[in-house]
Amino acid sequence: MQEDQKINQTQVIGPWKMTWIHFKKKKTAVAGLIIFAILVLGSTFAPFLTPYSLETIDKTARNQPPSWEHWLGTDNLGRDYFTRILYGGRVSLKVGLFAVIISIVLGVIIGGIAGYYGGWVDNVLMRFTEIVMSFPFLPLAITISAVVGAEMPGEYKMYITMFIIGLLSWPGLARIIRGQILSLREQEFMLAATALGLSDRRKIFRHLIPNTLGYVIVYATLGMASAILSESSLSFLGLGVVPPTPTWGNLVLNARDTHILTTRPWLWIPPGLCIFLAVISINLIGDGLRDAVDPKSHR
Amino acid sequence: MIKYILKRILHLIPVIFIISICIFGIVKLTPGNPIGSNLDPRATAEEKAAERARLGYDKPIHIQYIEWMKRSIRGDFGESYLYKRPVNKVISEVIWNSFILNVVVFILAFLISIPIGIISAVKQYSKTDSFWTLFSLFGISMPSFFFGLLLIFGFSVKLKWFPINGMINPGSTTTGFARVLEVGHHMVLPAIVLTISSLASLVRYTRNGMLDVLNQDYIRTARSKGLSEKVVIYKHAFRNALIPLVTLLGFQIPGLFSGAVILESIFVWPGIGRVMVDAINQRDYNLMLALMMFFSILTLLGNLLADIGYALVDPRVKVDER
Repeated sequence: MQEDQKINQTQVIGPWKMTWIHFKKKKTAVAGLIIFAILVLGSTFAPFLTPYSLETIDKTARNQPPSWEHWLGTDNLGRDYFTRILYGGRVSLKVGLFAVIISIVLGVIIGGIAGYYGGWVDNVLMRFTEIVMSFPFLPLAITISAVVGAEMPGEYKMYITMFIIGLLSWPGLARIIRGQILSLREQEFMLAATALGLSDRRKIFRHLIPNTLGYVIVYATLGMASAILSESSLSFLGLGVVPPTPTWGNLVLNARDTHILTTRPWLWIPPGLCIFLAVISINLIGDGLRDAVDPKSHR
Repeated sequence: MIKYILKRILHLIPVIFIISICIFGIVKLTPGNPIGSNLDPRATAEEKAAERARLGYDKPIHIQYIEWMKRSIRGDFGESYLYKRPVNKVISEVIWNSFILNVVVFILAFLISIPIGIISAVKQYSKTDSFWTLFSLFGISMPSFFFGLLLIFGFSVKLKWFPINGMINPGSTTTGFARVLEVGHHMVLPAIVLTISSLASLVRYTRNGMLDVLNQDYIRTARSKGLSEKVVIYKHAFRNALIPLVTLLGFQIPGLFSGAVILESIFVWPGIGRVMVDAINQRDYNLMLALMMFFSILTLLGNLLADIGYALVDPRVKVDER
């Protein structure tokens, strides 16, 4: 009897562990995870990694080239540039993360309700989704940002950028969730849920949505990559997060000055590389997760 | 089929209408006063009010919307404050510059990505395949503005192979073939950036489309009939793999134009994207509205083309003919 139990215990692998086992097999995905972890740790522990604070201005050391004191030189106000990149990472990653959370919440709720109720509810919600989908993303985002952000103090622009990206990027997920729920709701376990007399809300959010978790997670990772890209593009155009709050995007903006572009590449190449590394590492993780979550792809 | 197309077009009308309301609302919320830039700064309050009345800004917003819509349907988008010319003129002057760049990129992207996609699928999991998979990942992950700056830094500043920006040399008076060469020379770097970033998704789609087809029974049948691998791949498989590409073609058009927004401002390419950024920074209402509508309609048309193309190419798609 006891032996039976032991055998069972070793054989049963939970879905999370299963995903991890498959994920681990993909070297590129693990590499992505490591790069991403370095970036996250670097920006999280920024105060411990650099002796300077974000606001330290050293007027005697303006426009310095990279040196032992200032690894990536200083900017025109004498601020340590490496410090600005570390703190800029905080903002870029935070904006990406929260934008994706907003889009997931919206996508899951709208897709879930449309898929579960069907009929006219589905029709209305899906028409709405189509309309949001046919907005041209970048032109609209820069317009909204210019409109809403114009009278905002600089430090709130970060939140506006998050919301713009989040509010414009949920339709893809809503469609996936709806499609999944349409097929899931016809399955036996839903019949059982109905027979138990569960409320609609409980059925949708406790029984149907958890079954689509795989898609949500994959979407979340890939969505975060594109949210970081969008934030950096907006900030680069001067319409996202604005200085003095640093983000990787608006640090690259330094290169709009031809003098900096041509003679001080250390001011714009490192933040640009950070964006690239963050996005590519998240994409690698996302690809790995997609294969790990999708049982069909296991060779 | 015609019925289906007509129905789809009819469906577009309310969507365009709703989008126009949203865009109008957003643009009208823009703080900043365009009258100020148009008038003498010493103008009196009455003169300002008169200007507002002339432009129709003293009316309630829904009346303004209706008037704007009426004019827009007739093709009159008002005057641009920034350029002091009718919006139509401004747009028609720059749109060809964007168009030329986009057409070149479009052709290059498809010409390069289709063979790569096919080879990657046929030799799945080979070195070639993994190389291109990584390459597309690079294309997706590279922020286009950073990539553009890197190319400018490397090829224009350091190697001096290409001009730093612009579409023609300042003060250039070349004509004919020399002009074509000059524009072509300026176009190399922006075209490389745009092509690589659109290559990524195109290669992925072609590869996945080919893989789907190659795993189907009729391909096995074709092989077992003793057909050569060339015939199997190019005659039997590729034609069916084309179907998803047709859809992508439609999606690619608006993507290219809006992707150019950033790139045009880096390379100072005198196209529609740069005008868009200028219009927003200078609060040029009429120009902003017209450009936003242009981008939205382009997106909708792209989607429509994709759907119609899909229905035309793939006889298996059942068109709802009610």
